[in-house]
Amino acid sequence: MDTQLPPLFKRGPSPLTRLVFFTLLSLLLFITDARFKYLETFRLSLSVVIYPLQKLATAPGLLVDRVSDFFATHSYLADENARLNQQNLLNAAQLQRYQALEKENNHLRRLLNARDGFQGNATLAEILYSGRDLFSRRIVIDKGRQNDIKPGQAVVDDIGVIGQVTRAYPFVSEVTLITDNDQTVPVEVVRNGLRAVVFGAGESGELELRYMPVNVDIQTGDELVTSGIDGTYPYGLPVATVSKIERNAAYAFAHIICTPNAGVDKYRQVLVLSSQTRVPENLVADPAPQTRSKAKKARRGK
Amino acid sequence: MPSQAAKAQEILLPVKTSFIILTLALAFFLNLLPWSGFGLLIRPDFVALTLLYWCIHWPRKVGLGTAWGIGLLMDVADATLLGEHAFAYSLLAYLAIILRRRVLLFSAREQVWHIFPVLLISQLAILLIKVYSGAEFIGWGYFLSSVTGSLLWPALSALLTILLRLKPDPDQI
Repeated sequence: MDTQLPPLFKRGPSPLTRLVFFTLLSLLLFITDARFKYLETFRLSLSVVIYPLQKLATAPGLLVDRVSDFFATHSYLADENARLNQQNLLNAAQLQRYQALEKENNHLRRLLNARDGFQGNATLAEILYSGRDLFSRRIVIDKGRQNDIKPGQAVVDDIGVIGQVTRAYPFVSEVTLITDNDQTVPVEVVRNGLRAVVFGAGESGELELRYMPVNVDIQTGDELVTSGIDGTYPYGLPVATVSKIERNAAYAFAHIICTPNAGVDKYRQVLVLSSQTRVPENLVADPAPQTRSKAKKARRGK
Repeated sequence: MPSQAAKAQEILLPVKTSFIILTLALAFFLNLLPWSGFGLLIRPDFVALTLLYWCIHWPRKVGLGTAWGIGLLMDVADATLLGEHAFAYSLLAYLAIILRRRVLLFSAREQVWHIFPVLLISQLAILLIKVYSGAEFIGWGYFLSSVTGSLLWPALSALLTILLRLKPDPDQI
């Protein structure tokens, strides 16, 4: 119909006006999204709309995997089976020791009147795809709010920490890898118990120990494990190995580079830990102002 | 030149909204494929290209509003700051609408020289937002996507035009 009408008179606002309008709208969104967290539900509802497409887009890769699985040779499978059996035996032996130790540890802790250590559950999740944003290091996994995944949970693989859930959507969630530019993990040096915070170094896929004095007692090859101080990562998960140290007296801090232990960009399966660390109360905000304002209102009401 | 004029006439057959939605969804799907590493670096932005095509050929059906909405979906899919792609795509649509009369004078291969700067500008817009919100510049390889995108343009443009020519609906003319 409208192709017959001369388009001259019914064009609406000019392109420039529209551009200005949409630019302002985008600016508003940036600021609200970056500074205030009001848009999470909006994001969630949009994510449900594109979920089918997202799921569909992983199909070709899955198909290739399935086909190559199907054509895996007999000898390869037999080898793998033997290896896994052996690994399983080893693990079982270690697990038994671990269970005994855990019991003993709990008993000792009770004696000391301390809280129990980490006893959370873990959810197995599969990596759907790695993030398409070139500027950050994120992956998307196939478990979301439906599986009780919450933002803040630690994500590990069989070797160590790989990251932290930053956003949980209904069916998928987004994990920021420890190598992401601003991602931090509180760690401890196994050899001497020195506490530090390790920072992601972004593009290079490495980690960096910042703000350590030049004469700090760290050597190449030192193992770093989570210190559990933040209440996010449980204590004792391997994080990285120190790979390079530059001590230059001209600078205040040593330049320490670490390599992550876990296959940060390798595997398909990961574990999402539901940490149940209890943070001491009254750490964040005092609820007092609210009650005061309520009291004020009540007074005004009278 | 008469052939050019004839071509322009031919393109002006009515296009179904469902077809536009289908092509945009397909482009979105291509963008969502699990690209990674170098593949991700050289991946052309299919959504941007398809938007460009529709904005140049059918500016009254696909304009800044559509571009903005799709950009928003892209932001959610890529887990970036909300409004980032939305802004870049609406800028892209604006440039396409401004330049369309000029672009249509050229053949698809010559149009590449118009498409490239437009794609570059929209990538620059994203880069600007990224750097402003604290990211580091990841190197000049970032702009490779514009290069591959504009190289893909003649093929994509030809494909969409052929598909459009395949479905002339005589009742609607």
